[in-house]
Amino acid sequence: MTSLPQQRGDKRLGLVIDLDVCVGCHACAVNCKEWNAGGVAAPLTDLDPYGKDPHGVWFNRVHTFEAGTGASGRTVHFPRSCLHCEEPACVTVCPTGASYKRAEDGIVLVNEDLCIGCKLCSWACPYGAREYDDDAGVMKKCTLCIDRIYNENLRAEERVPACVATCPTSARSFGDLGDPQSAVSTLVRERGGYDLMPEMEYRPTNKYLPPRPRRDAADAGAAASAAPPLEPVSGAGGLLGFIDRLLSD
Amino acid sequence: MFDDPPVATDAPVADEVKHTTCYMCACRCGIAVHLRDGQVRYIEGNRSHPVNRGVLCAKGSAGIMQHYSPARLRKPLRRVGPRGSGEFREISWDEALDTATQWLGALRASDPKKLAFFTGRDQSQALTGWWATQFGTLNYAAHGGFCSVNMAAGGLYTVGGSFWEFGEPDWDHTRYFMLFGVAEDHDSNPIKIGLGALKRRGAKVVSVNPIRTGYSAIADEWIGIRPGTDGLFVLSLAQELLRAGKIDADFLARYTNAGWLVIQDEGAPDDGLFARRDGAPLVYDRKRGTPVSALDPEAAPALTGDCTLPDGRRAVPAFSLIAARCLDPAYAPEAVAAQTGIAAAMIRRIAAELAHAAFDSPVVIEEPWTDWTGRRHDRMVGRAVSMHAMRGISAHSNGFHTCRALHLLQALLGAIDTPGAFRYEPPYPKPVPPAIKPAGPAAANAPLKGPPLGFPQGPQDLLVDAAGEPLRIDKAFSWEAPLAAHGMLHTVIANAHRGDPYPIDTLFLYMANMSWNSAMNTAETMRMLADRDPQTGGYRIPHIIYSDAYYSEMVAYADLVLPDTTYLERHDCISLLDRPISSADHAADAIRQPVVMPDRDVRPFQDVLIDLGARLRLPGFVNDDGTPKYPGLFPDYMVNHERKPGVGMLAGWRGADGTESGVGAVNPAQLNRYIENGCFWQSEVPRAARYFKPWNAAYLDWAVRMGFLDKAEPIILQLYSETLQSFRLAARGHGAVPVPQRHRARVETFFDPLPFWYAPFGETDAAGGFELHAITQRPMAMYHSWGSQNAWLRQIHGENRLYIGRSTAARHGIADGDWVTVTSAHGAITVQAKLMDGVNADTVWTWNAIGKRTGAWNLAEDAGESRRGFLLNHLIRDLLPPREDGHRYANADPVTGQAAWYDLRVRIEKAAGRHRHSEPAFAAVASPPLPQRPAVLRYGAAFRPGKPS
Amino acid sequence: MHPALSVIVFTTLSGAGYGLLGWLGVYAAAGLLPPDRPFAIAAMLLALGAVTAGLLSSTLHLGHPERAWRALSQWRSSWLSREGVASLVTYLPALAFGAAWILDDGTGAPARISGVLATLCAVLTVVCTAYIYRSLKPVPRWCNAWVVPNYLALAAMTGALLLALLADGFAQPLPATHVLAAAAIVIALMGKLGYWRFIDSARLASTPESATGLGGLGAVRLFEAPHTSDNYLMKEMGFRIARKHARKLRILAVVLGFVLPFVLIATAGIAGGVIAAAASLLAVASALIGILTERWLFFAEAQHTVTLYYGRRLGMEN
Repeated sequence: MTSLPQQRGDKRLGLVIDLDVCVGCHACAVNCKEWNAGGVAAPLTDLDPYGKDPHGVWFNRVHTFEAGTGASGRTVHFPRSCLHCEEPACVTVCPTGASYKRAEDGIVLVNEDLCIGCKLCSWACPYGAREYDDDAGVMKKCTLCIDRIYNENLRAEERVPACVATCPTSARSFGDLGDPQSAVSTLVRERGGYDLMPEMEYRPTNKYLPPRPRRDAADAGAAASAAPPLEPVSGAGGLLGFIDRLLSD
Repeated sequence: MFDDPPVATDAPVADEVKHTTCYMCACRCGIAVHLRDGQVRYIEGNRSHPVNRGVLCAKGSAGIMQHYSPARLRKPLRRVGPRGSGEFREISWDEALDTATQWLGALRASDPKKLAFFTGRDQSQALTGWWATQFGTLNYAAHGGFCSVNMAAGGLYTVGGSFWEFGEPDWDHTRYFMLFGVAEDHDSNPIKIGLGALKRRGAKVVSVNPIRTGYSAIADEWIGIRPGTDGLFVLSLAQELLRAGKIDADFLARYTNAGWLVIQDEGAPDDGLFARRDGAPLVYDRKRGTPVSALDPEAAPALTGDCTLPDGRRAVPAFSLIAARCLDPAYAPEAVAAQTGIAAAMIRRIAAELAHAAFDSPVVIEEPWTDWTGRRHDRMVGRAVSMHAMRGISAHSNGFHTCRALHLLQALLGAIDTPGAFRYEPPYPKPVPPAIKPAGPAAANAPLKGPPLGFPQGPQDLLVDAAGEPLRIDKAFSWEAPLAAHGMLHTVIANAHRGDPYPIDTLFLYMANMSWNSAMNTAETMRMLADRDPQTGGYRIPHIIYSDAYYSEMVAYADLVLPDTTYLERHDCISLLDRPISSADHAADAIRQPVVMPDRDVRPFQDVLIDLGARLRLPGFVNDDGTPKYPGLFPDYMVNHERKPGVGMLAGWRGADGTESGVGAVNPAQLNRYIENGCFWQSEVPRAARYFKPWNAAYLDWAVRMGFLDKAEPIILQLYSETLQSFRLAARGHGAVPVPQRHRARVETFFDPLPFWYAPFGETDAAGGFELHAITQRPMAMYHSWGSQNAWLRQIHGENRLYIGRSTAARHGIADGDWVTVTSAHGAITVQAKLMDGVNADTVWTWNAIGKRTGAWNLAEDAGESRRGFLLNHLIRDLLPPREDGHRYANADPVTGQAAWYDLRVRIEKAAGRHRHSEPAFAAVASPPLPQRPAVLRYGAAFRPGKPS
Repeated sequence: MHPALSVIVFTTLSGAGYGLLGWLGVYAAAGLLPPDRPFAIAAMLLALGAVTAGLLSSTLHLGHPERAWRALSQWRSSWLSREGVASLVTYLPALAFGAAWILDDGTGAPARISGVLATLCAVLTVVCTAYIYRSLKPVPRWCNAWVVPNYLALAAMTGALLLALLADGFAQPLPATHVLAAAAIVIALMGKLGYWRFIDSARLASTPESATGLGGLGAVRLFEAPHTSDNYLMKEMGFRIARKHARKLRILAVVLGFVLPFVLIATAGIAGGVIAAAASLLAVASALIGILTERWLFFAEAQHTVTLYYGRRLGMEN
């Protein structure tokens, strides 16, 4: 059913990506790849894997951008994956009902049995969240690890998406963005989390946290250094006398 | 309740979960391997593992493809074509081992040093080094000489520990963390975990690195320093702190040798050594007004002033020499600004920030402790400044002294093993330096008298002959590289080829891609490996045995190939005798266990080595009756081998009942205990012992009980290095060990007892128009060359570009995507450029080891790695230019022999003509029998859960 | 966007087929259809043949064409589904019309009523097809008010050319076919030129800064892509054409797609007879090549916002 669900639960599950601590290590992308290689969308086919043009299906991709130039320029590492939007056109354009948004928790999924591989949903996604499996002839995408987050075979603390569990800097958080008191909602509030391409009006559920300002002299706004400048010592005996006096007992 | 289609949310993940340790880099994370029908379904970080606590990087997460790679060797191979052709036939293990036994046995019986046994990025030095000892060849080392020995030696000769994975910042308490030359290197995941925590907690992170990616991207401040000038920056910071009196004088007086009296008697044979009485160094006691032993618990050392010794000679506390060095006008911020690319004002500001973080609000931990003098302290008070440094410092010919300068800076701040600062990880700290001396050559059929690697404490410990010429094939521990604590693997092939200092017979390498990305002067190295002696017609290096898991570039140059397992198919030992996984608060070690069985005819290299040891009847590998001592091979050795009574490879669950830690009798069930615990063991450092470890009575006692230290004696930090001075004195003609004339000036210069900065040796090229620095960084998603055979990782880094700063590129008329020719004094390459902003203006760089040789790694002939990928190695010479006397030193640090990769200087220009491929392109190498590459990979299809009903 | 041949052929052929069908319905409603059975058969074959060939071509584009029938289910939300339904529904009045015309004489009530319905359905189908593109916000060069009218105008134009060819080929005295075609060409050309002017000068809200949210730090540039070889996204949506090449192709499209057919159809209108047939044939051939080129450009010049993550800025080509 590709109309958006009329009756919704309260849950809006999604991710919060902290660009302030992402070091661009690709852990999330590769761990996602290996989890999903054997998960509900298995396999994540790789074509020409050892050849000239290796390309496979991934649900998470890590870019690196530079913003600004000169002393205030920044490098920002940037993971990109499905944002499980509130108004996902990728769902409504689907002609067969393969693409759908769950009423219970807002997760956007592909029912591969219904997919005819027209690729229109991937065109409808501004963010490139969907990657077509050329070998299987169907579209695949981030499942928000739906086969982990409810999985009673995993311990409670393991029921988070693979990308969240694996991130070494804890740049990724998972939770209910429909609950204003949740940890993720609080993070978004406190750090000024934002939507990507808000002008598209897809109302993404996932939020990104901006890099914190630099703490160097080049960063005009911030109090660059609370450290008082060093003054050369003076007094009897000069430097060495001063150091002698520093010694206690 | 909701009308959503059913989804399999509850599918079982695995039939069984086995724990082991990752192998992709040097941080050794714990992993849980989920298996289904004997296949690997999923690999994740082990949540209870102390190193990674459940996280896992891209490399570890790609383990499935690392394991199921079509590049895996599958059977022992014997060369049939000319060396380097890649033409092999498959042979049985019996034949392989018989051959190896025959070659090695003959050498052992005639001239064992003709075996050069060197290992690459494995971490089994405790076994391989011991094997070399028992065999009787001093020509052994692992790869540290071309990796990061400068950090290890710089640390071990100064503070008794090192950055690397032997120390870590006080992640919980530090407020100011500086990284120098760190990209992705050793301790990777703990650093990532730590950085995330520091940023969230508001600690300031400063990254000093010519390139602004990764850790440098998220740093609160990035300092894009010119490569090789970090020593200038560090000493300038030290000068600023000294000028302002912002130093921890008590720390220096109590815990370092800053107060030790240095003899000032120019021309005397002990000039510059410590004044001693009955062997103990002296300090000038401020209270008693007289020199006393530095080890006197009541001593109150002065840091300044002149002193007259009982013999009438003058002596000064080392600190006054340290101060004079740091206050040298050459290290003033204005003086270093141009060279480093860091403005004087910025240097001053950073110094002020260091002082502020260290002194204005000390970190206090309410934990009483007692120091070695018996003095009780009510609390632990520390300096919230921590540092980490790695390859960007190490891979320069001035890296050793730069590393010592860093440790000096830390000591001035009182920021070594105090709360908030750098912390040692057990079994460190150790005495400065560790009391292991490298052993000289053995007679035939006899073991070495000691380990082949060690820490010379003076010229008497060098491995040189009566004429002062090197005894080792790599010239480590000679006057060319006296403190080459990790050997010099990068010189072996060229030296063996030249027969300098002597020819060898067999080169036995393990996991070291010496004919490709681990080589300098790659083209020549490949030629040398296959070069014949015109007189005899035989190869100059008669026999090459190589062990690897994959068809790397080096395999083609072997005569005999011993195929290794992957990391999921074997046991391994991450030992306290080697490079353990301890943290500051826990001693820890770990194992690997096989989680899948090999599906091809391969054997773990450690098993093979032990098997060979038994076949060769090496002492320690056979019982008195000649039967193998470890018939169970490596797992048998891991449990049953004792290096000293009660001290074995693994410290956990020792004793017959498995209740002892550190020291204890062999426990036959030890491996099971590890496996039950997730393949690791840890033991808490007692709370009162966690800081001030080198001087903390509780720590010293604990360390002795655990077998880390022989005696509970304090370890006084050696800021002023008497060891270095003793070499300098020899160069002046003093002492019993003569220095060959041609080395004297160099030793005089570089064996300065105090850190100093000198221009890296590549600087001489700058005069020839090679103005830019060319360096590499490790990518986070690959490690060394071990990623291109991985179907997933090679999609991320399937080729590489030369990164150039925009303004630099504009000056050269180079646009993004242009082909450029990069020329050094040694050679030229033509590669594709990519422009960026966040890079030092005088630096170009690329990702390390992406470029591959056509035909290797079972990749298609037109794979990006060989068509557009490239190595900077082709530009790097392995020997420095000849001096007037014709002598050529290795392109290395003059103290440790560390390969000076990042000294490279180049010029760039837009390439003439049309280009589509990187140059040079080397002839494709043929492939031994390997599985066919699949055109489509559908890994995991079998695991897909069925639809729920 | 990657110009997939199957989709280009689909929209061009089916557009022409629906255009022809639409005009036939109009002529039927006006009672102007000749009761000429061969002509009727040829016309219906041409119209429905083009439509069917186009629709079949589009299924080649699918990963699972055997499930294509499922595409009829989501007409409540999906323009592609609506187009599928509309295209199938169109067969009903079209076949009824064709039967009425072929079996009867095309002037009776069944032919006129079914003809009108066929026209309406044809228009509806073309509109649905156009809305598939027009509704895609991530492709600003498709998501604007020019696209639907242009699809209709081009369908009308190519359909009118086919009608003129049929009339001239069968020497049927269908009134005003050349004038109709000429007018349709002019309108379609104006629409196309207006579209190109619009997309060349459009100011776009979506930028690398809005895509990443990092604009506060300065202008955003890609440093490193997530992969060193192209992935599906870049193969499918990363296609780009340099402005100077696009310019040449636009000129080609204008000349072959509009100018030459106009001249030829005017010639046919004046000359009559065999010359007219030849000229109409050439006009159709030229227009087909030209419109295939136009359609190819419609895809090639379309930029997708995902490329903002891969170092592109929308609207700019070198």
